[in-house]
Amino acid sequence: MFDFLIQGFGVALTPLNLGLAFLGALLGTLFGALPGIGPINGIAILMPLAYTLGLPAESSLILLAGIYTGSEYGGRMSSILLNVPGDAGAVMTTLDGHPLAKKGLAGPALGLSAVSSFIGATVAILGLTLFAPLLAIVAVKFGPAEFFALMIFAFASMSAMMGKDPLKTLIGAVLGVLISTVGVDSGTGVLRFTFDMPELYDGIDFVVMIIGLFAVSEILLMLEHAFRHDQDGEMAPIGRVMVKMSEVLYCKWAILRSSVIGFVIGVLPGTGASVASAVAYTTEKRISDHDNSFGTGNMRGLAAPEAANNASAAGSFVPMLTLGIPGSGTTAILLGALMLYNINPGPMMFREQPMVVGGLIASLYIGNVMLLLLNLPLAGVFARVLQVPRWLLVPSVAILAFVGVYQLHSDLMAIYLMLAIGVFGYLLRKFGFSLAPVVLGFVLGGLMEENLRRALSISGGDLAILWQSGLSIGLWIAAAAVAFIPLFAGRLKAKFLPARSA
Amino acid sequence: MPKSSSLRRWLAAAVAGGALLAGAVQAQAKPPECIAPAKPGGGYDLTCRLAANGLQEAKLIDEPMLVTYMPGGIGAVAYNHVTGVRNDDPNLIVAASTGAALNLALKKFGAKQSVDDVRWLGALGVDYGAVVVRNDAPWQNLDELMQALKKNPSSVVIGAGGTVGSQDWMKAALMAKSANIDPRKLRYVSFEGGGEALAALLGEHIQVFTGDLAELKPQLDSGEVRILAALAEERQAGPYADIPTAKEQGYDVEWPIWRGYYMGPKVSDEAYQAWVERLRELSQTESFAKLREGRGLFPMSKFGDDFDQYVKKQVASFSQLAKEVGLTQ
Repeated sequence: MFDFLIQGFGVALTPLNLGLAFLGALLGTLFGALPGIGPINGIAILMPLAYTLGLPAESSLILLAGIYTGSEYGGRMSSILLNVPGDAGAVMTTLDGHPLAKKGLAGPALGLSAVSSFIGATVAILGLTLFAPLLAIVAVKFGPAEFFALMIFAFASMSAMMGKDPLKTLIGAVLGVLISTVGVDSGTGVLRFTFDMPELYDGIDFVVMIIGLFAVSEILLMLEHAFRHDQDGEMAPIGRVMVKMSEVLYCKWAILRSSVIGFVIGVLPGTGASVASAVAYTTEKRISDHDNSFGTGNMRGLAAPEAANNASAAGSFVPMLTLGIPGSGTTAILLGALMLYNINPGPMMFREQPMVVGGLIASLYIGNVMLLLLNLPLAGVFARVLQVPRWLLVPSVAILAFVGVYQLHSDLMAIYLMLAIGVFGYLLRKFGFSLAPVVLGFVLGGLMEENLRRALSISGGDLAILWQSGLSIGLWIAAAAVAFIPLFAGRLKAKFLPARSA
Repeated sequence: MPKSSSLRRWLAAAVAGGALLAGAVQAQAKPPECIAPAKPGGGYDLTCRLAANGLQEAKLIDEPMLVTYMPGGIGAVAYNHVTGVRNDDPNLIVAASTGAALNLALKKFGAKQSVDDVRWLGALGVDYGAVVVRNDAPWQNLDELMQALKKNPSSVVIGAGGTVGSQDWMKAALMAKSANIDPRKLRYVSFEGGGEALAALLGEHIQVFTGDLAELKPQLDSGEVRILAALAEERQAGPYADIPTAKEQGYDVEWPIWRGYYMGPKVSDEAYQAWVERLRELSQTESFAKLREGRGLFPMSKFGDDFDQYVKKQVASFSQLAKEVGLTQ
């Protein structure tokens, strides 16, 4: 049964393919680390190059898959070091990663997130190897109604993030949902909030949104401090560089739980690393944040989203390899790359192209080990980036991001929009809002609206479709549980705990 | 004060460096360029790559062709750019498809933009619409499905990868119209791209998918889906030989999805003709036929004036159709 995998290791272990897996891992880490490039664009940039070099199909797929998984590793770096997410899956990583860096624990934070990325990816690749065909059947059962229930669950778990100021979290999420409504309406084709500007028809690009919200607002805050001659941005001390075994063990359950969550969400077509890391983070906060330290530099809060985003990357290969349906935006591009080679990924691929499928899966195993070996020592090197003063570091990264965004849009409008969103983000931060709920509202809101309307067009307007399947009923119950149990939990504890101790 | 002044110095240096870089790029002789009016990885990207890879392999261009992305407004941003800013660039071609013609007909590229505003260059390949059901669906042929729709238009859930008014919706609407069913009574669900719609078909969330013929080959090979009709003039060869056209089954609907290119309105006749010849020559090479097949496209060779008239006729007929199915007044 696993002939294809043995064959695959034969393919992946040739010197050329090993070299390409390493190159992919390295480039992917860099693409992920630079905000504004990310896996989709990295692959789009290198795809024609791989083809022009005349690489065989399995070799170029190994290179491109290395970039994909590598960038899920790399995305955490600027999240932790600069509080600017490197890519979509790394937004949640800022929440606890950056506070850790501020405490002088940048090295251990980078090390721990590399380890949790490794475990997340390993769990998911094992899942891909063992259960791919089976999972594919379940994944298509997930229809619009079930996706809507999943989004309700995700929003309900966000209530875990409400922390000190529930109202501001709620307002932030609603603002994000509002921003997601800009563009051509996905059902009827009607233009919404586009003000006759064709640039807005497709909605607001995710990269433009994150760079504006996080990087530009950061620069504005620094400018404000500079002009007020504040002694801001005291350089974070570089403490110890390596992560301790005890820290990894402290996070072990968080990592394993989040790996499974990330893999399952990655397998579903249409949801990717951003949803996976959000659900993993909020779930973990519910389960293990006993002293309310998530968001202030809790190691588990860092490990959870990192395990999940890597697991979801490997998970999104399941529908691609078994059904020919992309599980994420990045796998959609990989599908296109395969078509250049006359290979149509789909249900027959395991049988017709065992070399390609086996080589790809084998290279995921190999690439994952390479990424860990590459990223653990690099943690110490990258932690030193913090010794570069912030007033130099953040603008430099922002300029790179601007160039990246302009390259992808060939249009100044995208830059203006990014600046406008930056001012908006700056104001939000001045008023004490956290940015993560805004981004989550933006991502989840769009998905939620689309799927609600799809479900209702299927049922002809009958709301009952939303809770007709076992899957969606389960998700509704889970959503109700995460939203309401904490409200009663406190009271119950007060009632029963004294009794027990007595 | 030292901090803020050094900050300004650095920012100034960075800006100056950026300007120098941009200047250096400007000064070079320009390589051929293809604008894909979308984000990387979509159909337009592959249309540009088809020209870029093909022309390079056939040695019809000296330098590799640049592929630039210009997403926005389902192609409107690029269209406005080429009619306004780079309207005379002899090295620039832009990817287009039937979708662009439809958007022009629906005035989605702006009220002032018309099909006459650019120079239509040629098409290198074509796919055809297809009416697809799961292999366990109750309908064995197109007629059975249409009879069911006639009895009750909202009894069948149809889905595809575009909004109301998109190409995928037009396929469904034209099918309905050919059987005297009001397209507005259809139960139509729009997904984000054909892949998601196909997943919904396989997962039994929708019953009929109006997709594209060649992109369904993997699922067809594995026997998971049945194609009730190809929306083509005539039957295609090879693995598609057994798929009847809609016309054969008494429903006169065709939906070719061509993949082609246009240039700016002020490009010289000389440069335009040179590109026409280049594409014509490319379409006749053997290596290109392989490339085209890999991209899942059937042969189509329409270049120069021939293609220009084809697109203009198509836009005119789409405008008429849009009125008939109630999209525009």
